[in-house]
Amino acid sequence: MRIKQLSVFLENTPGHLCKVCQTLKSAGVNILTITIAETKEYGIVRAVVDKTEEAAAALKSAGFFAKVVDVLAVEVEDRPGALLSVLARASDSGLNVEYMYALTRPNNENPVMVMAFKDIDAAEKALG
Amino acid sequence: MTQKWNDINGDFHPASGMDFLPREHLRKIQSQRLSATVKLAYENVQLHRSRMDALGVKPGDIKTVDDISKLPFTEKTDLRDTYPYGLFAVDMSEIVRLHASSGTTGKPIVVGYTREDMRLWETSVMRCLLMNGVRRSDFVQVSFGYGLFTGGLGLHGGAEALGCTVIPASGGNTERQLMIMRDFGATVVCCTPSYFVHLIEESKKYGVDMKKLPLRIGVFGAEPWSERMRAFMRENANIEVFDIYGLSEIAGPGVGGECCAHDGIHILEDNFYPEIIDPDTGKPLPDGEEGELVITTLAKRAMPILRYRTHDITSIIAEPCPCGRTVRRIRRIDRRCDDMFISRGVNVFPSQIEAGLARVEECSTNYRIILERERDLDRITVEVELLEKYFADSLPQLDAIRKKIQASIMGIIGIRVEIRIVEPNKIPRSEGKAKRVFDYRKI
Repeated sequence: MRIKQLSVFLENTPGHLCKVCQTLKSAGVNILTITIAETKEYGIVRAVVDKTEEAAAALKSAGFFAKVVDVLAVEVEDRPGALLSVLARASDSGLNVEYMYALTRPNNENPVMVMAFKDIDAAEKALG
Repeated sequence: MTQKWNDINGDFHPASGMDFLPREHLRKIQSQRLSATVKLAYENVQLHRSRMDALGVKPGDIKTVDDISKLPFTEKTDLRDTYPYGLFAVDMSEIVRLHASSGTTGKPIVVGYTREDMRLWETSVMRCLLMNGVRRSDFVQVSFGYGLFTGGLGLHGGAEALGCTVIPASGGNTERQLMIMRDFGATVVCCTPSYFVHLIEESKKYGVDMKKLPLRIGVFGAEPWSERMRAFMRENANIEVFDIYGLSEIAGPGVGGECCAHDGIHILEDNFYPEIIDPDTGKPLPDGEEGELVITTLAKRAMPILRYRTHDITSIIAEPCPCGRTVRRIRRIDRRCDDMFISRGVNVFPSQIEAGLARVEECSTNYRIILERERDLDRITVEVELLEKYFADSLPQLDAIRKKIQASIMGIIGIRVEIRIVEPNKIPRSEGKAKRVFDYRKI
């Protein structure tokens, strides 16, 4: 399933992630999952939230570079080899996973992986 | 008149004649040309016509140069809004050359030239070169970029018209530039001042002694530079150093040049009429007062420009120049702060860093230079902001931009700097003179 993800550019220094979360809190946005890809000096915060567009607008007006991007949420069965079979399908279609993380699930349902691809249409077709 | 600054030196070139006209005679020519230019612009260019109509000015109202303040201004945005040919006043069949400025935002600015315009441009550049003491016997290495940018082909045309031996080296490839300079025996070099500083720095590495080359004159333009840079170039390359002023919207290089008195830039007033205005009110200011330079083309046909706002801050020097030229001078334009620093034995001017940033479209040209020293080694870090539309949700892509900026700056200053991409608006905007260099080195 195609879902919206929030991507925010952030300097890798103390306090900056707090400011992002503060901004989201003030906008009444609930974070479902948050993850950080970092380099020594900066990083990208990626989050799945309940109100993506509002969150992006709030962050932009707080002075951040925030972007809403389409990613795939793929349910993976809770057994050995399940992720492999998803990845194999992507790989067979010549699709490269740009990045991936797990979506936090409150109940004991199957895990859901958030996956980013350059060509999301093709990925949706292959994994959909 | 002091003999000391006499660049004519007994071999007067007829092209220089217009530089020395009696003021009243020059004024007559300016008035005639202005009326003709206004008429051409009014009759053929929608934008000029509607602007003049809005002010209730007719071409017949412009009889002398004193009437120029009745005319509307032209802004850079007007050139962008009428992209590509909206300000052309002649049929496209008459256009023999197009140039374009890269422009830091969005669409470029396109300028066109008729055959007569080309001759006018060549002659203007020639007159500037003559002011610098360049002669027919000189070998002129043109190291400005050739292409849509007016710098390379502009200097080329002027030097060739003068009869010099032109070496169209174009920009880039430092080692080759130095080799050509030495082996071809260049006596004059034309490029950006920051690039020449870079050549001086690199010359040691390639075993070229700049002081021993036949090079005697440097003609530098296309970016602001300082007296300090001039002194550095004089001292390290043993050459006379001249500023050449121009902007592609008006003609390209050759709008004005520096004579041997090195006290301001002579504007070729018979072709390009200068005014100084108060940038806030638009009111003309008298000679000697500082304000924004506004230029009107007086003889261009393809693209007559009325009262172009350059946004360069300067003043007109009306006092006679020791060189004897009657065309007025403007003070050299170096509105940017000059805080050159030396790191790892290399002289770096912030304007060089800025020039490097300007070539990368993904970043803004708002920047800060941080100097630190770790175990006796200097580290230069350039903090720069991305433009929002280039923020991609991909670390490899961000890293590619960082490397691109790094390579662009290295291409100019020759040493490696660290690039730190910072959050938007992190770098404080300053009004007026920006402080760019933050030196935290403990020496």
